Amino acid sequence: MENSALNIVVLVKHVPDVQLNRHLTGEENTVDRSDSILSELDEYALEAALQLVEARGGVAAGNNVVAVTMGPAGAVAAVKKALQIGAFEGVHLSDEALAGSDAAATSLALAALIRHLSPSRPVDLILTGMASTDGETSLLPAQLAARLGLPQLTFAASLEVTDDGGVRRAVIRRDGDSQSEVVQATLPAVISVTDQINSPRYPNFKGIMAAKKKTVTTLTVADIAVDPAQVGRAGSWTVVESAQVRPPRTAGTIINDEGNAGLLLVDFLAAQKLL
Amino acid sequence: MSAVLVFVDQPSAHGGAAALPQSTQELLALARAVGEPVVVLAGPLSGEVLTALGAHGASRIYQCEQSELFEYLVAPKADFLTHVAAQLQPAAVLLENSAECKEIAARVGIALSAGVISDAVGLDAGLNVQKSVLAGSYTVTARATTATAVITVKPHSVHAEEAAVPALPEVEVVSVIFGPASLAARIIDRTGKPASGRPELTEARIVVAGGRGMEGNFGPVEELADVLGAAVGASRAATDAGWIEHSAQVGQTGKTVSPQLYISAGISGAIQQKSGMQTSKVIVAVNRDAESPVFDIADFGIVGDLFTVLPQATEEIKRRKG
Repeated sequence: MENSALNIVVLVKHVPDVQLNRHLTGEENTVDRSDSILSELDEYALEAALQLVEARGGVAAGNNVVAVTMGPAGAVAAVKKALQIGAFEGVHLSDEALAGSDAAATSLALAALIRHLSPSRPVDLILTGMASTDGETSLLPAQLAARLGLPQLTFAASLEVTDDGGVRRAVIRRDGDSQSEVVQATLPAVISVTDQINSPRYPNFKGIMAAKKKTVTTLTVADIAVDPAQVGRAGSWTVVESAQVRPPRTAGTIINDEGNAGLLLVDFLAAQKLL
Repeated sequence: MSAVLVFVDQPSAHGGAAALPQSTQELLALARAVGEPVVVLAGPLSGEVLTALGAHGASRIYQCEQSELFEYLVAPKADFLTHVAAQLQPAAVLLENSAECKEIAARVGIALSAGVISDAVGLDAGLNVQKSVLAGSYTVTARATTATAVITVKPHSVHAEEAAVPALPEVEVVSVIFGPASLAARIIDRTGKPASGRPELTEARIVVAGGRGMEGNFGPVEELADVLGAAVGASRAATDAGWIEHSAQVGQTGKTVSPQLYISAGISGAIQQKSGMQTSKVIVAVNRDAESPVFDIADFGIVGDLFTVLPQATEEIKRRKG
């Protein structure tokens, strides 16, 4: 069947706004999440999901885009933003037991959540951004794929889903430093996308109004059958022992070019022993 | 002394003058400082590479060149590394900090139930890891709480030098049985990019970067980079405009660099760019607009036209170098 309907989970993260000063907080040196927003890099994943389902007739044709987040109460704002942009429904995994989860613990919880969602309707694609703009490690998509035993198609700069006699495949282009690769896997798959893949849309008035009627399901670790000891600080395999604020850079010598600035620049480099 | 695994991916293909990539030399120096360096090598082992690995202190080499390693994305390499790690129970597994190696580390962490720490810039004998977080605004010390720590290390985190006493490594060819889930993401095409002859952006000692102010002409940046032996970087505005390839992008959605010298030309220095370069040792900025935020973080700033300042500096460097 050509263009058969897709059930897509998009993972979204509520992160501190990168335009503001960001801080670590508390004894565990976790990220201070006040003044947080939907991670900019997740908007590319959501846009990729919306484009895939729109090409297949949208919600009317049985397609679904579920925005999923994990985080404290305030993190639901990331899901709500995703609903305004165009996701069809939202899921918020929220539990005190999850606080302080590292990538491994987060991937365990999200894998359990995706398994929890699957019986009602199998998930075809799990889309994520290329990194979170707070942790910036890019570990999660690979760990989630490993935990779910699904193919990992990561750092996609382009994405197509093909249907070949009922066998649905995702094909991505992955641009490395020395080469560009085309990688293919059958669905279901975990796919992370880069900021090169598309230009994310903004929520419009209609989308903002429509989002008010969309459902957000809140789940706890008990709901997804995860032992609290496996997640959060207890279930993490890494710990941040200490954190120091890096002294902010200060401005040095600033000159106006009066015709010899290039020569003064070379003098500066020579004085710094950089030539 | 505990084994410390160093993952080495196809050293023969790195294209540099030395038998081993700089990143491999650095990882081996770190491994020697914290344990017994054991190499896990994906790809062929030439006599030259064997000698170089020994010179850098590798006591053993586990090698695999099964075709699956290179036909599927990431997972088979992670399986190979997991296979060796499960056998040796190392204190640490070290990898370079490339996108692919971070993903290999991520998967090995799950397979071994081991903590993974990426973007390390330092490592002590107790396997405490130093790294920068929140775009360089904090330096943290992190550690894995598991028996094995999986750590990806940024370039220049340690001085690469040969071991005081070269080793004569034992070589064991490993046969790996890959799970079906690891043979799922098949690489169906590869297109090589032409080599620029310039150093790799994240490894370069000097980076010269251009932004919106280049107005489509990266010539002055490239010429200055070449007299300095530098890599060429760019802001997102310049890569989005298509003036230079995306892989040159420095910033939040591009590369993070910490060179000895970063020369920023025609880049305003908004947070997107600043995130990727503010841990550079020395920052020089050239911009027409005196109000550009880049001047707040520049050690030496020139308010002026980059199309006259850069070529003048290039000519002067050529003259001084004779």
